[in-house]
Amino acid sequence: MSTLARKKGVGAVIWDYLTTVDHKKIAILYLIAGGFFFLIGGLEALFIRIQLAKPNNDFLVGGLYNQVLTMHGTTMIFLAAMPLVFAMMNAVVPIQIGARDVAFPFLNALGFWLFFFGGVFLNLSWFLGGAPDAGWTSYASLSLESPGHGIDFYVLGLQISGFGTLMGGINFLVTIINMRAPGMTYMRMPMFTWATFVTSALILFAFPPLTVGLIFMMMDRLFGGNFYNPAGGGNTIIWEHLFWIFGHPEVYILVLPAFGIFSEIFATFSKKRLFGYSSMVFATVLIGFLGFMVWAHHMFTVGMGPIANAIFAVATMAIAVPTGIKIFNWLFTMWGGNIRFTTPMLYAVAFIPSFVMGGVTGVMNAAAAADYQYHDSYFVVAHFHYVIVGGVVFALLAGAHYWWPKMFGKMLNETLGKITFWLFFIGFHLTFFIQHFLGLMGMPRRVFTYLPGQGLETGNLISTVGAFFMAAATIVLLVNVVITTAKGQKAEADAWGDGRTLEWAVASPPPEYNFAQTPLVRGLDALWIEKMEGKKGLTPAEPLGDIHMPNPSILPFIISLGLFIAAFGFMYHNEYSWGLFVGIGGLLITLGSMFLRSVIDDHGFHIHKEEVLEAEKGVKA
Amino acid sequence: MKKWLLNWRLFSLFSVIALLLAGCGKPFLSTLQPAGEVADMQYSLMLLSTAIMVLVIIVVTIIFVYVVIRFRQRKGEEKKIPKQVEGSHKLEIIWTVIPILLLIILAVPTVSATFKLADVKPMNKEKRDKNIVVVNVRANLYWWEFEYPDYGIITSQDLVVPTNERVYFNLKASDVKHSFWIPAVGGKMDTNVENKNQFWLEFDQKATDEAGGIFYGKCAELCGPSHALMDFKVKPLPREEFDQWVEKMKNAKPVVTDSVAKEGEAIFNKSCIGCHAVSPVDNRPEQARTAPNLANFGDRTRIAGVLEHNEENLKKWLKDPDSVKPGNKMTGTYGNLTDEQINALTKYLMSLKVE
Repeated sequence: MSTLARKKGVGAVIWDYLTTVDHKKIAILYLIAGGFFFLIGGLEALFIRIQLAKPNNDFLVGGLYNQVLTMHGTTMIFLAAMPLVFAMMNAVVPIQIGARDVAFPFLNALGFWLFFFGGVFLNLSWFLGGAPDAGWTSYASLSLESPGHGIDFYVLGLQISGFGTLMGGINFLVTIINMRAPGMTYMRMPMFTWATFVTSALILFAFPPLTVGLIFMMMDRLFGGNFYNPAGGGNTIIWEHLFWIFGHPEVYILVLPAFGIFSEIFATFSKKRLFGYSSMVFATVLIGFLGFMVWAHHMFTVGMGPIANAIFAVATMAIAVPTGIKIFNWLFTMWGGNIRFTTPMLYAVAFIPSFVMGGVTGVMNAAAAADYQYHDSYFVVAHFHYVIVGGVVFALLAGAHYWWPKMFGKMLNETLGKITFWLFFIGFHLTFFIQHFLGLMGMPRRVFTYLPGQGLETGNLISTVGAFFMAAATIVLLVNVVITTAKGQKAEADAWGDGRTLEWAVASPPPEYNFAQTPLVRGLDALWIEKMEGKKGLTPAEPLGDIHMPNPSILPFIISLGLFIAAFGFMYHNEYSWGLFVGIGGLLITLGSMFLRSVIDDHGFHIHKEEVLEAEKGVKA
Repeated sequence: MKKWLLNWRLFSLFSVIALLLAGCGKPFLSTLQPAGEVADMQYSLMLLSTAIMVLVIIVVTIIFVYVVIRFRQRKGEEKKIPKQVEGSHKLEIIWTVIPILLLIILAVPTVSATFKLADVKPMNKEKRDKNIVVVNVRANLYWWEFEYPDYGIITSQDLVVPTNERVYFNLKASDVKHSFWIPAVGGKMDTNVENKNQFWLEFDQKATDEAGGIFYGKCAELCGPSHALMDFKVKPLPREEFDQWVEKMKNAKPVVTDSVAKEGEAIFNKSCIGCHAVSPVDNRPEQARTAPNLANFGDRTRIAGVLEHNEENLKKWLKDPDSVKPGNKMTGTYGNLTDEQINALTKYLMSLKVE
């Protein structure tokens, strides 16, 4: 039975998405959920900037402000940037390597639903007594003191969504190692696939320390543990280490895929192959490796002593070298090219100066002795927003515009896209550039207000104005999405006309099975090679035959729902007697579904040769 | 075209410099107007790193602007396919080696300064030189305690130190983690809950005069609802005046003459004395010192660390502390006071002077 090209009712579509194991549909789920959380995080950012627009403002005071700032950071990192990165990876990577899906489609769906329920759980805190309020870093002494359940929402929500991320990482590692089409050697993989590969390895090593840290905190807060309680022999600095052993690689988990996206876009719209491909690969791996050696630069002022500080300072500076290699290789990809300024390319071009700013302030932060001044000031706020917005968010916006036709079959409106870009670009620099100076002028971060007469008024006002530009850009983007969905121009397979990699060889959107015949890859930029030889399609590596597909399943949804319910139970078990039962009940749902998954034989189904031929004809015509 | 580019670059360079000069902040708060040896060292490191980084930015910008203008698609060139270049070993080596050299130039002074700033040997010597001033800083939810162990005196909120010499600090927190930062005088150091950190600062006399005799201190680690309001002030004095201040503090006792203030004293002794001491010599263990020492309250520069120092603000603070500092630990600990009681208390507190 095939579900190809059939009109369905709303209920059927929802059921389809609840049960899907297709990487392309999971990508859309990640995009919608991540986009939704991005809007929430953005609103929180606006509230922050409104409060700081003038000294002694009373829009959002004290504890409530701390909740908003905590949720802004947590939401943006874990619930917006991560899933949006996963949306890009799911939409593109399997097709880029010539595969029909990821290695473990069921696990892929499970990863999404875990992230989703974790995120929903965390955000429900707003309606259930208050959100977490100890910053996204949730340093142990403060988070243990924090009254109410805010921090419990943080701990349990991140724990659940963290499992999802870890599964996603493992899945992509296995997919990229095992599922590459014939001829797709490692050194022929597109740069975005390479970035995904390294990122997945980072996820594999970085998320377990976070999981351990969160379990310790859960024990301390809910089950009478003493891991972080100095009075009971614990130590709060352990949390800082665990958090940053995860937290620093996390930055690279986000920014390496961003580099990958830009590498694709630079090559495509310069109509040139990526300059220095092998050194780009080398730099990506090196950044990933060094990313694990530098976590303590977030802790220069903790009092680790000059030896540790000096070592971590120098290690941190070293990361600038592979990053610099990348910047120059992008510049020389454009050098001698034929540059088309499409919306994605505008983001890519704007990314270079923006990210260089974030990079150089990173090196400045690495100078430990000087960092004693920058640390926890607005200088750092400016720095990491330059890296994360100027790097990651620009890349996600670029990637969304670039791959939108591939994901949805329709081109986003270019004029609106460019308006979005300019508003966002101007707003971004307006908001964050001045914050470097605010920090140097003595403004600590995470303050809900500042007093008049300290020289901080003008800078903060400018910064707030900039935030509204970014908000306007987001609204234009939403309008663009609505208009495109309603009456967008249909996209061809090679939507931009200059596609180089395999995803541009299949229809937009791609059929369920991606490739009717697995392609034979004959070099880097496989599609480009075929196009330059005047061929229309890819060289097939196998005869046309029946295609084996995995069955959809509701179990990933139910497994995640069980954990979601269990989290509520355990959170309330100290106050209410029903807590423990609900907690155990939730776990039983999860374990029961896992048991079902293990005992039910699921052989998948086949799309028959004739159906494939039919579908392919429809595309070609 | 080239000339236009050059002008544009000069213009942006000047505007950045103008911004830097205009935006140096206030001398009592800004790290860009260093007021001591530590801040100086850090400021020169900032300048060095900024210079190197501006160099990098300029190189990137030149290539960037050239590429984006020179190689943009022109009308009629839509079909043109440029040469597919693989890469260049020579270039790769250049942009690997030069950054490494630049980083070495930055790394050497960084490491050296990091060790210099961590040199706290003089305060830890078996037989410490009695002339060295050591201050025990204890950070508490929204207030700071400064103990001078060698003189046996305690004060809070306003740190008093001698100028033109290294002052050494022991830093710790009594509830949650805070961070001790006097931006104009030097970088911050965290006050942890489980261990004692040590560092030193030097307060320059000339810079102190320029800043108006007072520096602003901040808490730099999120510590709760009133983190933003956990300010303190620093009064650096010439060594002689500092010694005189210490002597006065050692012998300070509340002297109440005014009758209203006497009433206030009675209220204070009933409702406040359990937490607040009014003598700088306080022999209770630190766990018992749960509120700021008020011995020289009348001499302070701010009410609750943030409000201007006058009776009106003190009344406001006593009437509803939470409206000034949300989440503070004083709210609700002394019942409701009538306006008259608050007046009396205000008179009494304002009379607590050492100088």
